[in-house]
Amino acid sequence: MSIEFDNNLPIYLQIMNYIKRQIVSGSLTPGDKIPSVRELAAELQINPNTVQRTFQELEREGIVETRRGLGRFVTSEESKIMEIKKEMAGELLDKFVQGMKELGFGKDDIVSIVTEAVETEFKEQERKSFG
Amino acid sequence: MDSVLRLEHIGKKYGSKVALRDVSFEIEPGRIVGLLGTNGSGKSTLMKIAAGLVQPTEGEASVCGTPVGTNSKGLVSFMPDRPLTEPWMRVRDAVAFYRDFYADFDSAKANDMLQFLKLDLGERISTLSKGMNERLQLTLALSRAARLYLLDEPIGGVDPVARGKILDAILEFYDENSSLIVSTHLVKDIERIFDEVIFIRDGQIVMREEVEGLRMTAGKSVDEMFKEVYAE
Repeated sequence: MSIEFDNNLPIYLQIMNYIKRQIVSGSLTPGDKIPSVRELAAELQINPNTVQRTFQELEREGIVETRRGLGRFVTSEESKIMEIKKEMAGELLDKFVQGMKELGFGKDDIVSIVTEAVETEFKEQERKSFG
Repeated sequence: MDSVLRLEHIGKKYGSKVALRDVSFEIEPGRIVGLLGTNGSGKSTLMKIAAGLVQPTEGEASVCGTPVGTNSKGLVSFMPDRPLTEPWMRVRDAVAFYRDFYADFDSAKANDMLQFLKLDLGERISTLSKGMNERLQLTLALSRAARLYLLDEPIGGVDPVARGKILDAILEFYDENSSLIVSTHLVKDIERIFDEVIFIRDGQIVMREEVEGLRMTAGKSVDEMFKEVYAE
């Protein structure tokens, strides 16, 4: 694992996001065991209590579950994972829409720009896959 | 729970020069604490008082309820900023020296750490680089089963890559039931291993903060805070 930390933001939030991204991208799959506090602390060179807090928050959100004596695991509930995806998508969209508004685009302009960008992107992908 | 270290109104003078002035704080178990200050701020003096190597001029210091002195030395493991080993020694001799001297020295742990830090038992201490010497001192300090570990400038003389290795070793081998105080002026590289930081300037405590709290409420890194506090 590697992660670039921003020391100006709470580290536990950054590790939470990092683990969520790993789940969404499939590097961690439902039911996977996650490292122990100690292992992750040593690996990321982070304070162990910070890692502990990260896991507690992930548990509270239902993303990670503890099985007594076995360790911590990524939840097997697909709905939870969908929830994370939506949450992350929401954050991306908020940022995007805000940025576009700052550039002076209105509602219809934004929609058409997005439509065009998405079409170009997917056409590109198709072209590549057909060689 | 009882605090691991308690300092009450500690003052220290060297002749007429004041090194520490009315320093009071407590450290709870299971904490990694950064003692931060520029050179000459009083960090080392404070560490040595906690270790029982320097007598305070005023105030009381205790470790796990035991007044600092002969009886507290078994509870505290100190990594000095200058090596305590002799130049004729090889790494092996230094380890044996500590093993003979401290009943709580864990030889198996020392060997694991030496291997982790790529130190060779047969190497002469006089030929070790500054960074390798720091690795050895760290090994010797952390291989004791103490309640309080005091690491005085453990990353003072090493390059960034080697610093990472030292941080790795601290996190890999420290005992989570004890507490660790690390003094340093190199804040940026090491701030993520701390639970809290204590800023010391001109022999006085000027700030004490939980590091995640600092990031949360002020949106600042410890490094930024350090630069603000010590700006001249």
